[in-house]
Amino acid sequence: MISTSTDIKPFDVGAIRKEFPVLERKVKGKDLVYFDNAATAQKPQVVIDALVNYYHQYNANIHRGIHSLAEEATAAFEATRDTVKEFINARYREEIIFTRGVTEGVNLVAATYGRQNIKEGDEIIISGMEHHSNIVPWQMLCLEKKAKLKIIPVDDNGELMMSEFQKLISPKTKLVSIVHASNSLGTINPVKEIIDIAHQYNIVVLVDGAQSSVHLDIDVQDMDCDFFVLSSHKIYGPTGVGVLYGKKELLEEMPPYMGGGEMIKEVTFDKTTYNELPYKFEAGTPNIADTVAFKAALDFVNEVGKDNIRKHEEMLTKYAMDKLLKIDGVRLIGTAKHKTSVVSFIVEGMHPQDMGILLDNYGIAVRTGHHCCQPLMNRFEIPGTVRASFAMYNTKEEVDELVKGVEKAIKLLK
Amino acid sequence: MSRYLDMTIQRVIIKFKSKYFERGMNVVQTIQETEDEIAEEFALFDNWEDKYEYIIDLGKKLQPLDSKFKVEENKIKGCQSQVWLVADESDGRIYFKADSDAVIVRGLVSMLIRVLSGHTSQEILDAKLEFIDKIGMKNHLAQTRSNGLLSMVKQMKNYALAYKMKEQLNG
Repeated sequence: MISTSTDIKPFDVGAIRKEFPVLERKVKGKDLVYFDNAATAQKPQVVIDALVNYYHQYNANIHRGIHSLAEEATAAFEATRDTVKEFINARYREEIIFTRGVTEGVNLVAATYGRQNIKEGDEIIISGMEHHSNIVPWQMLCLEKKAKLKIIPVDDNGELMMSEFQKLISPKTKLVSIVHASNSLGTINPVKEIIDIAHQYNIVVLVDGAQSSVHLDIDVQDMDCDFFVLSSHKIYGPTGVGVLYGKKELLEEMPPYMGGGEMIKEVTFDKTTYNELPYKFEAGTPNIADTVAFKAALDFVNEVGKDNIRKHEEMLTKYAMDKLLKIDGVRLIGTAKHKTSVVSFIVEGMHPQDMGILLDNYGIAVRTGHHCCQPLMNRFEIPGTVRASFAMYNTKEEVDELVKGVEKAIKLLK
Repeated sequence: MSRYLDMTIQRVIIKFKSKYFERGMNVVQTIQETEDEIAEEFALFDNWEDKYEYIIDLGKKLQPLDSKFKVEENKIKGCQSQVWLVADESDGRIYFKADSDAVIVRGLVSMLIRVLSGHTSQEILDAKLEFIDKIGMKNHLAQTRSNGLLSMVKQMKNYALAYKMKEQLNG
């Protein structure tokens, strides 16, 4: 429907930047330097076009209408499901459930699989570097079921202490929910190893792919995770769309999450039979427009090539870490061997928020604070960090701007 | 540099005024007058860096709150930085002391204290605090800033309201 008219091979950051209209804008009179990609990535023109085109040309409710617009909308919506299936290499298209995002995906599993399978005294294992969205739903479930939450500790480099993981497993352990790549440190966790170990004890594993999906090649079959969640907006797609992948046999056994339209087969006042997968978990009119446009984002990423993106981001990450470390007083938080393009740091004696306010005035968008990872910040005994996270459109020159900004901010704050 | 000297002189004058006030001489200026005074001070700055340098300086100079006051019940939790606020009442006037773990917020807190502290509950409740907008710092009171500053302003007004109600009950 929309042609992706990008001519950006071999990797040409200048050409890529032209695809992202927002990068042309000024902030406080300066060229925008957008380094908050781990919070949300900017959108290429093809995604914006796909979104607008949907509303211009074929807005209709999906799956039930028999008119042409409904058919076109349904086809576009379902095409995204197929693209997601390929993107994460799922076995079946019905294993792809659309959600509002990672948070909803985790909550869905906790409220359905969790409620059905976690009993009093059972144990759930998460890690010390989880985002609040992969802590709170399990805490709520544990509270309800009188189950126990156990935490894999994190070492000084920001890596999981895998030897401790083994020790945490007990016959009571029923589920492991683990972040693939940390949003605040960038650490890439050895999820395959975790899954292998867990499966030896018949423990189900959910992998939080919020940060990993945009950087790493995702193969849920090879990984052998039971559940995998991701968000569109971190992969250059629209906000408000996410994906829950689940192994078909698990999804089939799970009770529905929400009741309503779309998820039913037959409703009488006595009894309702539920629709089949994936619709059983997609009650109500979904976020059609954003889901449709999400496909354009995935196509775009595929076209640029994750390998190319990764190489570019790795170069930027290394460059930024080297340069920042040369500044007196800078301490990097999260120095794992395997990292996504996240550089988290603090400056001795300075509050991350002060740094963030001043950097904003230099036109540099970074994230400051605890990054929704308060337990992790407590572990490092810091109130938060300054986090720069890089995407395919960022440049070395922008990193230079950040370094200059940090130096100037330090002078002001001293 | 001379601009900086100006500021210093201004601050000396302010200190002088507050000393007068402490001696019980009724020359305390109105909230509006202090607001105008701050707006005038900031009008001297022609770039944002000087402005922030001044706020950071105010932050550093703000008398730290005694650690015994830095307790949970005085804490106004922001998402990123914390603010502690205590209020005292004497002779019908309310006095504020506050602190923060981030220095820019401390600077802003220091200005709020300068404007509101030492006034009656009604005066505090009526305060428009338009100077924050005038000096270009309104964004720090936005919800997104999550620095507890907006909650601090609300809390200052809440204290004023509480004292006013107490006065009415006693009166």
